Amino acid sequence: MKVQIEGLSVGYEKQTIVREMSLQIAEGKITTIIGANGCGKSTLLKAITRVIPYQGGNVIIDGKSIAKMNTKALAKKLAILPQNPESAQGLLVQELVSYGRFPYQKGLGSLSKKDKEMIEWALEVTRLTEFCDEPVDSLSGGQRQRVWIAMALAQGTEMIFLDEPTTYLDMAHQLEVLELLERLNKDEGRTIVMVLHDVNQASRFSHEIIALTKGQLAGHGTPEQIMTPALLRKVFNIDAVIGNDPRTKKPICITYDLIKGEERDEEMADDFARTLVGSM
Amino acid sequence: MKVIRKVPFYMQLPVSILFLLIIMLFAIWYGAADTTLKDVFEAIFQQKGGQYRSVLLELRFPRVIAAFFVGSALAVAGAVMQGVTRNPLADPGLLGVTAGANAALAGTLVFTPAASYYVIIVSCFIGAGIGMILVYGISATVKGGLSPMKLVLAGAAVTGFLQAIADGVGILFNISKDVSMWTSGGLIGTTWQALIGVVPFIVIGLILAMIMSRQLTILSLNEDVAIGLGQNIALVKWILMFVVVLLAGASVALVGNLAFVGLMIPHMVRAFVGTDYRYVIPMCMSFGGSFMVLADFTGRIMNAPFETPVVSIVSVIGLPFFLILVRKGGKAFVA
Repeated sequence: MKVQIEGLSVGYEKQTIVREMSLQIAEGKITTIIGANGCGKSTLLKAITRVIPYQGGNVIIDGKSIAKMNTKALAKKLAILPQNPESAQGLLVQELVSYGRFPYQKGLGSLSKKDKEMIEWALEVTRLTEFCDEPVDSLSGGQRQRVWIAMALAQGTEMIFLDEPTTYLDMAHQLEVLELLERLNKDEGRTIVMVLHDVNQASRFSHEIIALTKGQLAGHGTPEQIMTPALLRKVFNIDAVIGNDPRTKKPICITYDLIKGEERDEEMADDFARTLVGSM
Repeated sequence: MKVIRKVPFYMQLPVSILFLLIIMLFAIWYGAADTTLKDVFEAIFQQKGGQYRSVLLELRFPRVIAAFFVGSALAVAGAVMQGVTRNPLADPGLLGVTAGANAALAGTLVFTPAASYYVIIVSCFIGAGIGMILVYGISATVKGGLSPMKLVLAGAAVTGFLQAIADGVGILFNISKDVSMWTSGGLIGTTWQALIGVVPFIVIGLILAMIMSRQLTILSLNEDVAIGLGQNIALVKWILMFVVVLLAGASVALVGNLAFVGLMIPHMVRAFVGTDYRYVIPMCMSFGGSFMVLADFTGRIMNAPFETPVVSIVSVIGLPFFLILVRKGGKAFVA
């Protein structure tokens, strides 16, 4: 399944957030979108998955524009996991995972044999079988995230889109989620597209990285092509020292400093200030 | 609560329906007139029924049936609103929907004092729709919507405003008595004629709610998730809002302005069946119906032969419940 993005522009009201972007998402690979706060990462992801409409250009999946596709038909091709979704209180793990079968059901939606198999499989892959009768909100953050991933898996789609799947998780749980996604890509051939904040995680787990700056493409390529001091400077306005991970041999950012002085433009300063305020 | 949830739904529902039937039987059986169980059965199954046959047939039967439908309608309307807004404090009575219907009803009585039931029902629907639009309009002006508490505040403001209109119209045109006859929140004097006019709308609303229950479950999770699962959320929301207007408007036509039923019942029901609306909706019908029949029955016998207004009884139970809910930060009553 091919995803082609042609001259895509997305925005809210008068503000354009993604500007005339064109790229192609690699089939059967893990692609990560990185960029500074407010650069349009999530907006791009949402536009590709028809969560928000786009103003210009086109998103083409399998030769068809998603604006013209039936939303239910699209739900059988791609699954999405929004940024920190909250589950209803008291909802059981297996109930939530079973909603992944929604696009395949009719009427009141009793589960077919195929539905049950898919749910069982999704629970197994995410190692949640033993928790299937527990309420989702009684689980840890990492487990909860796995439940949502299991729901997306039960949807049985070739592509899975995730918006910051590791936010609010501790280091170990972050890795657990990313390794799960890596396994799904390797063993099941799923195409995975996600937004991540941590460039080192992006480098370690992705085949391709899409770097955005101010709603435009700053770079698109392998971790080796993207993880360069020049590109990170352009994207994050940082002075980065790049080395190689002694274990995975992937490029990593060992340390970095903010760039001060003439190269730091006003917009960046605003962004930074907003981030500071937001985190307080 | 976990123990209750272990009981499968196909056992919970029959038990709750049995409970409903028993309460309905008692409500028909007991009253100011000294009827026996034999009278009741004869009135139902035979063409006789002793001296109280007309009391039973003309007064108690329609009243109990009306109580059931009003309770079901308000409980389901509350559940739907809570699901659509993902706000556990949503209730047609608290968010201005029934107050809107109420105000429209007062206005209608001014222009057509002898309005037929259909005219009154339709004006209730329009008023309910306006009440809902006002509250959601206020909510929509804030980016990302209002928090549960603020939405309730907006609802209180709109309710106060619409109530003032209803009262003002009543005083200005000297029809306060007619308006309060409708809106004192009682089922006193419900006739078969009123039932035949209103109940079909409630039945349609309840059936629609049932048909939409699976969609509502998905929508109540998260809007982006619902889109991702292939739901046409705009269409689904419109249909569900229509259901709320239908149910709340029809309830007002029967019983007047009544808050808290739509708030309480869905929360109680979720403690038994969880959060899937395929189970919540039918359970709300039987639970809400039982509650309303019981509340009306209590109002009738508590200080017989005088009537205690059902709205007082519901508020006495509802207000503490609301306060507990607020104290819990608007979280659901689920284990």
